[in-house]
Amino acid sequence: MSPEEIIQRRVARELHAGTLVNLGIGLPTGVSRYIPHNSGILFQSENGIVGMGSPPPEGMEDIDLTDAGGSFVSAVPGAATVDSTLSFGLVRGGHLDATVLGGLEVDEDGHLANWVVPGRMVPGMGGAMDLVSGARRVIVAMQHTARGRPKIVPKCTLPLTSTRRVTLIVTDLAVIEPTDKGLFLRERAPGVEIAEIVAATSASLRIPDYVPEMGLHD
Amino acid sequence: MKKGVTPQQAAEMIPDGAILMIGGFMGVGSPHRIIDALVDLGRKNLTIIANDTARPNYGIGKLIRTGAVTRAIVSHIGLNPETQKGMIDGSIAVDLVPQGTLAERIRAGGFGLGGILTKTGLGTIAAEGQRVIEIDGEDWLYAPPLKADFALIHADRADYSGNLTYQLTATNFNPVMAMAGETVIAEPREISPVGVIPPDHVSTSGVLVDYIILRGAA
Repeated sequence: MSPEEIIQRRVARELHAGTLVNLGIGLPTGVSRYIPHNSGILFQSENGIVGMGSPPPEGMEDIDLTDAGGSFVSAVPGAATVDSTLSFGLVRGGHLDATVLGGLEVDEDGHLANWVVPGRMVPGMGGAMDLVSGARRVIVAMQHTARGRPKIVPKCTLPLTSTRRVTLIVTDLAVIEPTDKGLFLRERAPGVEIAEIVAATSASLRIPDYVPEMGLHD
Repeated sequence: MKKGVTPQQAAEMIPDGAILMIGGFMGVGSPHRIIDALVDLGRKNLTIIANDTARPNYGIGKLIRTGAVTRAIVSHIGLNPETQKGMIDGSIAVDLVPQGTLAERIRAGGFGLGGILTKTGLGTIAAEGQRVIEIDGEDWLYAPPLKADFALIHADRADYSGNLTYQLTATNFNPVMAMAGETVIAEPREISPVGVIPPDHVSTSGVLVDYIILRGAA
């Protein structure tokens, strides 16, 4: 199983029926592959849809119906489309149950940096700052390291996305929960030893006596 | 009856140095015919207020490629490396604004409000140089209103009186920008006689629209 698939299958277990969820572009988008059609989870996309569906059959795309990355999507029965002010009212106003976002760095305070590498990569924050500030649960879905360097660090060196603490970090090695007492190692990926996770993490981790293997969504 | 103009006539109304709001999200729901006419006329020194700059040489990305834009107030340029390059080398002054804050700043401009207070961006570099206002012991970030000389918007349908409808995720910033432009030019996909659009289906009232781009008059 690829690192991305481990992350996506584990994140899928965090999403529950009857909730409204925003998946960021890239790795988080792929979480929807592991959510069954009858799950009762509604996906929101910040370009203005509640009830986004999977990509349409080839040749049946509607040029007026895309996700926030501009890729064609469909709409589920009961979907609603909204303008940008209402879309972000849903995000900021506490109406969004969860957001799943990629990350460049997360630190011991649970702060996320995911929108800019000054002078090198300036994509902009798009909706990320609103999502991290406003969603009820913020799940960071990212690889544990980038080119061998830890992404879970003592203090973010990159500009923060929000000063609000994220809810959960899911990587290809571990599930980590930021709390006011630091980062707790909650689960390890199948076959991964605690020492391996500690070695790949420059932040200090709090390690309970029992750290189970993560369960993965079918 | 609203005045109908060709894309060329619309572009001729817009002088070098104008401040433009342009609807669309990654080019979905953008007024592409007006953009093409601005490029053909070689307009310069434009300030663009928009969600993003689409992709290289597509939608607003055409204005970037031809050097028409010297300032951009946008939330995301991640999918247009030419805008990122312009930001890094200083040829385009890019103000990156969180997407929800951008929508609300435009709304404030168009709705006669003095700005908005938000949590989004508080404590991040997006708040640098901005005012933090404490109300009853709680910090809020102040974001000032935005207005434009022209709002260039896309619509699905217009009637002769300028009433507009939108479709699916092509709605995005178009309705709120129609409130905040000194002159509003709408580029509908179809134009119908008055009465075809039921009052409950009108999203933007014709009282806000100054010009309609004529069908097929390019």
